[in-house]
Amino acid sequence: MSQVSTSPTTAALGAASKPERRDIGLRGRYAAERRFRLYGMAAIAFGLIFLFLLLFSVVSKGYTAFQQSMITIPVEFSEQIIDKDNERATNPQKLVSANYPVVARNALAKVLGVGEDDRAGLRAVNGMISDSVRTQLRDLVTANPSIIGTTQTVTFLAHGDLDSAFKGQIDLAVPENNRKISDKQIGWMNQLAESGALSKHFNTGIFLNGASSRPEAAGVAVAAVGSLYMMLIVLVLALPIGVAASIYLEEFAPKNRFTDLIEVNINNLAAVPSIVYGLLGLAVFVNFAGFPRSASLVGGLVLTLMTLPTIIIATRSALKAVPPSIRSAALGLGASKMQTVFHHVLPLAMPGILTGTIIGLAHALGETAPLLLIGMVAFVADIPSTPLEPATALPVQIYMWANEAERAFVERTSGAIILLLVFLILMNVGAILLRRRFERRW
Amino acid sequence: MNMMSEAAVEKALDKKMNDISYKMIGKDVSVYYGDKRALYDVNLNVRQNTVTALIGPSGCGKSTFLRTLNRMNDTIEGCRVTGRITLDTDDIYDPNIDVVELRARVGMVFQKPNPFPKSIYENVAYGPRIHGLAKAKADMDAIVESSLQKAGLWNEVKDRLLEGGTGLSGGQQQRLCIARAVAVSPEVILMDEPCSALDPIATAKVEELIHELRANFTIVIVTHSMQQAARVSQRTAMFHLGNLVEENDTDKMFTNPDDQRTQDYIMGRFG
Ligand SMILES: Nc1ncnc2c1ncn2[C@@H]1O[C@H](COP(=O)(O)OP(=O)(O)OP(=O)(O)O)[C@@H](O)[C@H]1O
Ligand SMILES: [Mg+2]
Repeated sequence: MSQVSTSPTTAALGAASKPERRDIGLRGRYAAERRFRLYGMAAIAFGLIFLFLLLFSVVSKGYTAFQQSMITIPVEFSEQIIDKDNERATNPQKLVSANYPVVARNALAKVLGVGEDDRAGLRAVNGMISDSVRTQLRDLVTANPSIIGTTQTVTFLAHGDLDSAFKGQIDLAVPENNRKISDKQIGWMNQLAESGALSKHFNTGIFLNGASSRPEAAGVAVAAVGSLYMMLIVLVLALPIGVAASIYLEEFAPKNRFTDLIEVNINNLAAVPSIVYGLLGLAVFVNFAGFPRSASLVGGLVLTLMTLPTIIIATRSALKAVPPSIRSAALGLGASKMQTVFHHVLPLAMPGILTGTIIGLAHALGETAPLLLIGMVAFVADIPSTPLEPATALPVQIYMWANEAERAFVERTSGAIILLLVFLILMNVGAILLRRRFERRW
Repeated sequence: MNMMSEAAVEKALDKKMNDISYKMIGKDVSVYYGDKRALYDVNLNVRQNTVTALIGPSGCGKSTFLRTLNRMNDTIEGCRVTGRITLDTDDIYDPNIDVVELRARVGMVFQKPNPFPKSIYENVAYGPRIHGLAKAKADMDAIVESSLQKAGLWNEVKDRLLEGGTGLSGGQQQRLCIARAVAVSPEVILMDEPCSALDPIATAKVEELIHELRANFTIVIVTHSMQQAARVSQRTAMFHLGNLVEENDTDKMFTNPDDQRTQDYIMGRFG
């Protein structure tokens, strides 16, 4: 067809009748759009690179925290050491206070062929065993005293320095005196590894143990339980209070100066530095109300205060986004205001409310500063069974481990960060699933 | 049965002809949005079982007047209504009148179809449920079916009652909204340009429906289409700049109006 129209006569006619093409700046507009897309992609690439760097550095440093070197050797529960005078029947305390580290040291010395009078050698052997062996063997013996006098194969934690060395984290080029582990111990390490007595196991301790000054026995259990309590408290308090406040402000409150003032204040509260909430919590909950220090109850209350503005702002904007036609429809049918809100507006706002809540919770989960002020930065070895008992929180645990000098704590710091990230990812996945559920209703 | 005398029957029929029963009476109705006045002392009566059309140029206050009839203006910030409006004998702006009950008696269909994002069944059942009109599931099913039938939608949706109401076409959605309003069994149904988002075929269906609904309901409809006003209504009221210009029988209005402005508007000379 176009072939035909290019014949000389029609072309001339066409040129005469066809309006002149205007320059409406198409080239410029398309160029601007292309430029904008490029900026966008560059921004995303930038973000992804940093995310990748962060993940890479954390994971590459931290994954070893989930492995732990263990020594598996036959241990002789010598009656000579544990209960020389055979008084365990009359004095149960005897089994509790027995010198178990020596039992373990002698067992390892025997495997390594260190003589009983080689005091320096024995000290070096002792330096390869974690102090936590004391409680481990004690628990074994008190649970079953009949093993005294027998020889059992026992698996116990290697000392943190040996663990680091075995994972190749100690620079052997450094002169022996400046190292935490001597050449002799390195030799033994290799010997044990070859015989299979020293091997890496999955580190369950990091999940199950509380605070410990020995890195190989330290875990995040107390911190995780504390964080869990606090998240539950925040969820139980902040979600209903925040949603109720937003519904009242958005749907029922008269629009006047006073409510404007409240709105401005809520927005300001969302921007208050979290450490201020910590001071507030210290003054109100600990000093005034007399709640125990370091308790996750107080931490939860402080984080609730901190999270409320976030939830209120998110909920209000979710409510605002519900089309007014839905409200008119319900009101026009004779639904009361309350029915309109609870039957129609709230379900439609639910995905937005959930997103806001999860973002608020995620913030609260990662919050450290206010918890330091209310004393949650404590050495807590026992897992708290109620929110009134002392606890720490995951980010505080990270902060505390990051301040430790031992090499083995460095990997644990990264390990705890990985756990915190996993928690966050789980929460966000949960939020997405909940959103889906609510959005599936058309 | 008592046999009425010839004369008595005659008289009763006569009375019926002359005695017009008014369902709603508006007296000196003025509406203000903040400082801005949108309606000036409108006196307009709505007759029982009659379709009353409100016409007039854009912004003249038709929707505003319509909303005063079921107090939807209450939901607008800064809106104030003066004057007196009665439904039967009740002053609907009386502080003792419950607005929820009023809206159960005076239903509304909006310009844009606004079904709830729920199933078709739920859309229709919602009103009867909150007003406790159906005790058993079977009662509710019956209400839903008859409402959808009255709205002329039953045959199209009877196999997909549990699907989303927002998945229907625009015209079906509007008829669903009418069914939803009808399900509450109101006495009056207000419709604000119910066909403005519909194609001619859907419009024809809705108009036919309005025609049938007249038997059981009193209807007030806002429309921009002169043809539609002429087709569906018996009485027509013409608004201009917040004033009621003229209210008359539709036939008279479109052939021989009393007011020059009505004539001009109907002839398309302004608006
Ligand atoms: N919510 C409101 N706030 C302030 N002014 C309003 C509001 N609604 C309507 N008005 C004003 O009241 C006057 C009448 O409006 P109304 O909506 O009743 O007109 P209408 O006759 O329905 O017009 P249309 O045919 O365009 O729908 C207009 O001047 C309008 O600007
Ligand atoms: Mg209007």
